[in-house]
Amino acid sequence: MSNLTVIAVLLILMGLAYQLGTTKSSKQASRAARDKTTPPMHSRPHHHGALVAFWTVAPALLLVLLWSWFSPWMINQMLISQLPEPMASFSGSELDAILRRVHNVAGNFVAAGVLADWEMQAAQYYQEMRALSQAIMVAAVSAAAAAGLFLSYRRVNPQLRARNAMERVIKGVLIASSTVAILTTIGIVLSMVGETLRFFQFVSPMDFFFGTTWNPRFSTVGGGDQGEFGLLPLLVGTLLVASVALLVAIPLGLLTAIYLAEYAPSRLRSIAKPVIEILAGIPTIVYGFFALVTVGPFLASLGASVGLDIRATSALTAGVVMGIMIIPFISSLSDDILTQVPKALRDGSLGLGATKSETIRKVVLPAALPGISGAVLLAASRAVGETMIVVLAAGNSPVLTANPFEAVSTMTVTIVNQLTGDNDFSSPQSLVAFALGLTLFAITLVLNIIALLIVRKFREQYD
Amino acid sequence: MSQDNSNLTVQDKVVASLTRRRRQEKLFRTLGLGSVMVSLALVAILFINIFSKGIPAFWQTSMTVEVYFDPDVIRISEKPEQQPNETFEDFDERLLEWETQLGFVNFNRILSDSITPLLSDFERSQTRYVTQLVTSGERHALRDMVMEDPSIVGETRSLTLLTSADVDVWLKGNIDRSLPDEQLQLTSVVREWADELHANGHIQNRFSTALFMNPDSRSSLASAGLAGAFVGSFYMLLIVIFLAIPMGVAAAIYLEEFAPKNKLTDIIEVNINNLAAVPSIIFGLLGAAVFINWFKLPMSAPVVGGLVLSLMTLPTVIIATRATLRAIPPSIRAAALGLGASKTQTVFHHVLPLAIPGILTGSILGVAQALGETAPLLLIGMKSFVASIPQSPMDQATALPVQIYLWQGNELRNFFEARTSAAIIVLLMLMISLNSLAIWLRRKLEVRW
Repeated sequence: MSNLTVIAVLLILMGLAYQLGTTKSSKQASRAARDKTTPPMHSRPHHHGALVAFWTVAPALLLVLLWSWFSPWMINQMLISQLPEPMASFSGSELDAILRRVHNVAGNFVAAGVLADWEMQAAQYYQEMRALSQAIMVAAVSAAAAAGLFLSYRRVNPQLRARNAMERVIKGVLIASSTVAILTTIGIVLSMVGETLRFFQFVSPMDFFFGTTWNPRFSTVGGGDQGEFGLLPLLVGTLLVASVALLVAIPLGLLTAIYLAEYAPSRLRSIAKPVIEILAGIPTIVYGFFALVTVGPFLASLGASVGLDIRATSALTAGVVMGIMIIPFISSLSDDILTQVPKALRDGSLGLGATKSETIRKVVLPAALPGISGAVLLAASRAVGETMIVVLAAGNSPVLTANPFEAVSTMTVTIVNQLTGDNDFSSPQSLVAFALGLTLFAITLVLNIIALLIVRKFREQYD
Repeated sequence: MSQDNSNLTVQDKVVASLTRRRRQEKLFRTLGLGSVMVSLALVAILFINIFSKGIPAFWQTSMTVEVYFDPDVIRISEKPEQQPNETFEDFDERLLEWETQLGFVNFNRILSDSITPLLSDFERSQTRYVTQLVTSGERHALRDMVMEDPSIVGETRSLTLLTSADVDVWLKGNIDRSLPDEQLQLTSVVREWADELHANGHIQNRFSTALFMNPDSRSSLASAGLAGAFVGSFYMLLIVIFLAIPMGVAAAIYLEEFAPKNKLTDIIEVNINNLAAVPSIIFGLLGAAVFINWFKLPMSAPVVGGLVLSLMTLPTVIIATRATLRAIPPSIRAAALGLGASKTQTVFHHVLPLAIPGILTGSILGVAQALGETAPLLLIGMKSFVASIPQSPMDQATALPVQIYLWQGNELRNFFEARTSAAIIVLLMLMISLNSLAIWLRRKLEVRW
């Protein structure tokens, strides 16, 4: 019986338990209604039913999960202890290879080469153990479900505070869900810190953070020659692309926001705002393709016509297209912030005879500045972490340059390049992706938190 | 300020500055309008560019041919039937033998024999070029037809065969016809044939069902399609819908309705807002380290992709749901609590039903975002080429945006540039319909307090 069947059976049992609990308590309820001496029911019948169903299924389900978590590990340990001598003392990847082979034989998959006797025996032992483990699990789960059903069914009585118990269960589920978001952050940090520390066993942090050459080579067997992992070319490339993007997006986005918030007739505003926001919803791979096929060649020929040597895939291409992508981040957030600036400030300025543009430049913008800088920081964090546009259009050339017309490489591009299909987590060549990821995470975290705090403070100021 | 000016009255100064200030006002206003127009123009350029490139690729050139399944070429024994006293293994072996036999049949010969009668100018020495007209996948299609129904041998069928990618490019004019011979992908004789067949109507431009019904292909480029990517994306979205949305809504309910307001919930709040702005590629790293390296889940599988995208969508759903819950007036809660409902009953019987329109809208937008995401999927191995339609979420698969990434890198640029644009149009259409659904739901169900 597979785990899925067990879970399906448990779900059916849950419905049954609910019915049983509901029936029993509604009988008690009608008895209580007829006979005035018994106390009235504390909870409604469906609360009792739900509670019985919960106690029937929840412990059993927990058991299934724990068992399918631990049993493969236990079986492997027992299998290793059964292996004949030279193999049993293996460790690491050699042991993994043996285990995988045994699993394949047991599962009737093809295993390369001639099978040794001990392999056949191990496979048979493995199969027996799996069957045994499965049987134990089914037995244990049935026992847990039966015990849960029996005990909770017996507890159904008018005084039982079934509703309160159920509400505690619901609250538990809600709390568990909201911890997932925290666990994700913890997972991100822990996994990346762990792999980064392993990376630093190969390459010293000094060489990584202050190295000026990026040349990882390919991971070779034994590899005494590791290549150079200098972060600086990638960091400079990232900042170069992000700066070009912000140079495009800040003026366009901010002026758009100002015009839409202060000048535009409501008809234009109601059309232009959602249309510009379409830009934020377009998948980044589409921008990447647009940059590669259209914008790059266009910029290159534009450069050629004025005598500039612009590569078709360059920091400029990627940056310009990324700038288009983040226009709506800046314009929408700034628009929100501009409309939050109190009308009294504008009226005061206009009343003193300032023109509208003077009011905007000298009164509204300074008042909105903290909020707008928050929006710009959020856009910057988006630009630093953007991947697909730079993968396609930045040229992937990790050299230290400040010339936006040259091809560059960024941290995100390098993560994608280093963590290729055959994830082998033991070479510095793939571990470096996590060190880069952690750096990227730290940069965006700082940008995001400053931006969020500024925007929040701003909101409170004018609320 | 000079001596003369100080003698002027304030009014004079203001009047003197008016022209300049009005000009500035006008300039500022024009700048604003200009940038709105530039932004709108950028949207237009992006869409016109993609659509003008991609729309022609929804039609593909194909050739209608009378195919004679020549028994002299298809020399195979009778298709085995299961005998009453035969085990399944024995039958399977015989069937396999028969299929191997069929695999050796020269279907290229069948194809060229069927096409040559249509060509006015043909010499026997050119036979090997004839099959270049048709994409290589079609001979497998012929083989599959015979495998399905061996009685077809000896008959003639009128079939519509996709032309090869090179022919499609040539006929659509996606390649410069004046290029020197060695830079063109087709030999001159095939180009002449293609033009001839096109002129007399044997090759026509037809709506490409291959684009939607076939999985990706590298050997037969003209029949590469999006079906595998559709199924992969579908599985992943299913996981996102069943994982991220319930969990996100539950988390939002707890944080908004139950959680005490203290330092801890403040940290959670900042954490969730930050998580929503973490670069998506970081989620890919998380998926590679946790789901693949620790939990040993299969690489390139939609399960892993779905889990990664769920974690990525979670903050979006939480933020949207919290905003909706916050907008529901406290009087609703007060009324329910006042009538004796418990906190849980208040939330689940009164607040949540009112929040459903907002939750739906936010969730659909989150799902649309997940549909368009590429970078994290590349890190969990989805950039590998998958030539079959995944049968389950544990199989190797690709996703729609990843398929776009793979196609744009294909060497046969002048065919795949259009096909990639077509795939982008499909993706954009899916996203636009999801977004319109969200907008429609919001309009229809929205309650204003």
